[in-house]
Amino acid sequence: MRPAAWGVIATVLAGIPLIAGDYYVNFTSQIFIAAIFAASLNLLVGYGGLPSLGHASYLGVAAYLSAWLYLKLGLAHWMTAPIALAATTLMAGLFGLIALRATGLGFLMLTLALSQVLWGTAYRWVSVTEGDNGLRGMTRPAPFGVSLENPAAFYYFALAITLLALWLMAKFVGSAFGATLRGTRDEARRMSALGHDVWLVRWITFVYSGFWGAVSGLLFVYYHKYIHPASLSLTSSAEALIGVIAGGSGTLAGPLIGSAIVMILKNYVSSYIERWNMLLGFVFIGIVIFMPDGLVPGIRRFRTRWWARWKARRS
Amino acid sequence: MQFWIIQTLNSLALGGLLFLLSAGFSLIFGLMRIANLTHGALFMLGAYVGVTILRVVPDLWLAALLGGLLVAAFGGLLERFILRALAGNALGQVLVTLGVAFIIADFCLIVWGGDPIPVPTPEYLRRPLIVAGVAFPTYRLVVIGIAIVTAIVLHLLMERTRLGAMIRAGVDDMQMARAVGIPVSRLFTIVFCLGSALAGAGGIIGGPILSAYPGLDFEMLPLALIIVILGGVGSLVGAFVGSFIIGFIYTFGSALLPDLAYVILFLPMIFVIAFRPRGLFGRLGT
Repeated sequence: MRPAAWGVIATVLAGIPLIAGDYYVNFTSQIFIAAIFAASLNLLVGYGGLPSLGHASYLGVAAYLSAWLYLKLGLAHWMTAPIALAATTLMAGLFGLIALRATGLGFLMLTLALSQVLWGTAYRWVSVTEGDNGLRGMTRPAPFGVSLENPAAFYYFALAITLLALWLMAKFVGSAFGATLRGTRDEARRMSALGHDVWLVRWITFVYSGFWGAVSGLLFVYYHKYIHPASLSLTSSAEALIGVIAGGSGTLAGPLIGSAIVMILKNYVSSYIERWNMLLGFVFIGIVIFMPDGLVPGIRRFRTRWWARWKARRS
Repeated sequence: MQFWIIQTLNSLALGGLLFLLSAGFSLIFGLMRIANLTHGALFMLGAYVGVTILRVVPDLWLAALLGGLLVAAFGGLLERFILRALAGNALGQVLVTLGVAFIIADFCLIVWGGDPIPVPTPEYLRRPLIVAGVAFPTYRLVVIGIAIVTAIVLHLLMERTRLGAMIRAGVDDMQMARAVGIPVSRLFTIVFCLGSALAGAGGIIGGPILSAYPGLDFEMLPLALIIVILGGVGSLVGAFVGSFIIGFIYTFGSALLPDLAYVILFLPMIFVIAFRPRGLFGRLGT
């Protein structure tokens, strides 16, 4: 995209709290959180070719940890946030050691099994997680003395983090390391023959992806001031994965658009009917069957075709 | 003493139920190379369908048979009309099975409501069996028996029949199996129906122990996953051994360390993955 387009998007995003009501401001903040989460998953699914069905682990564990440290140990936000991020990233490192024993569907099964174990533990370990009640009473931090209780203030905070996260993830993908990662996705054997340590490349990506998942978890718990085992559930991982695939895995814009669509569907549909899970199921099937590449590559293909036709007509 | 006996029997009964669930899961994975994420939902669907059948026909075994057949028919349709359309796209197939699992879960919630529905134990199996002053819950013994008989029948089916030989050939080398004229895609449907039937019947047979409730599906699915990771993809023996290992760990974990029962499930899995990534009895790398 051209810098002008970026400028327009940034202006529109920065202007939303000035025009829109609190409902839309809060809603857009939630989309930002979902976008970081989906973008971090996309590093694995899209760029690494590693389909993970357990990404909710990182969002959930970071959220639980920071809430638990704050509520039960009384630590301040400036301490809970780095501890939660570091511990969750460490967990991603360990999970990576386990899950990356396999690739493809074996990897998918392992990530799913690991995250389901965490989900079950969040339900059962009542003395720590309060089980089905969830952890209540979390507050939002006040960076540099600015309270984030107001929707617009939180919105700008989330926007800043989101831009930083997306920029750093785009850097990661665009770097030489990112090229290596795509190489391991497409031609693992050849990359290995060229002297790259395929396993290590994947593991580093796994950890990096887990780190950004943890960041989205922090924003998530700050926004809701509450965390429930549902955030660790398969539904939560699946929503992110369908966001990535719907938008177009392996593209930078895809997960943002996809997760925004999932959030919009979830919000609007659940205000009319209670059947979000059923709808999510149908969306899954529909997208896999009719739009396997996702929206962004689909639109891109459409545009190049249209462009070629338009040019042919002019000449 | 009574505690240990009861918990051991509970473990064995849960292991038996898990075998009914994971045998099909493992065979489907071995043959079709896909993780069927509807498997937990099929188990739950079986339990609920069984509840409804029991209102009409008050016989648990008949309900298990009918319910198993219904769930098998559903599985067959799913394989034939949805998975078949995505042949060659394993990730797509897995995602579709996940989508179907969500739909089944919500469907069950609409039809049967959110409250757990208990499934009555058959009258004649309610009284505990008393041997040497120790009471054994009869129904659990029967469940263990059913699992063992099923395991033997499946083993004979796989090892002694033409169908079983074709399935084994498909698991070992699908392209060669196709090349020598084995109708592999028909085997897909058969194995999918068989696996669905076992899961569905398992749901009803497990009813008196677990009852039917929303969330049963995603509680059983990870157990099946862990069992298959432990035992090895496509291996019946692996599914059998893995089921009982997990049955024991889960039951004793829940009884002794209820908070961390799920974490304890981790341990054998990590151990196996570290030292034998293809599983205890697996021949395939995942």
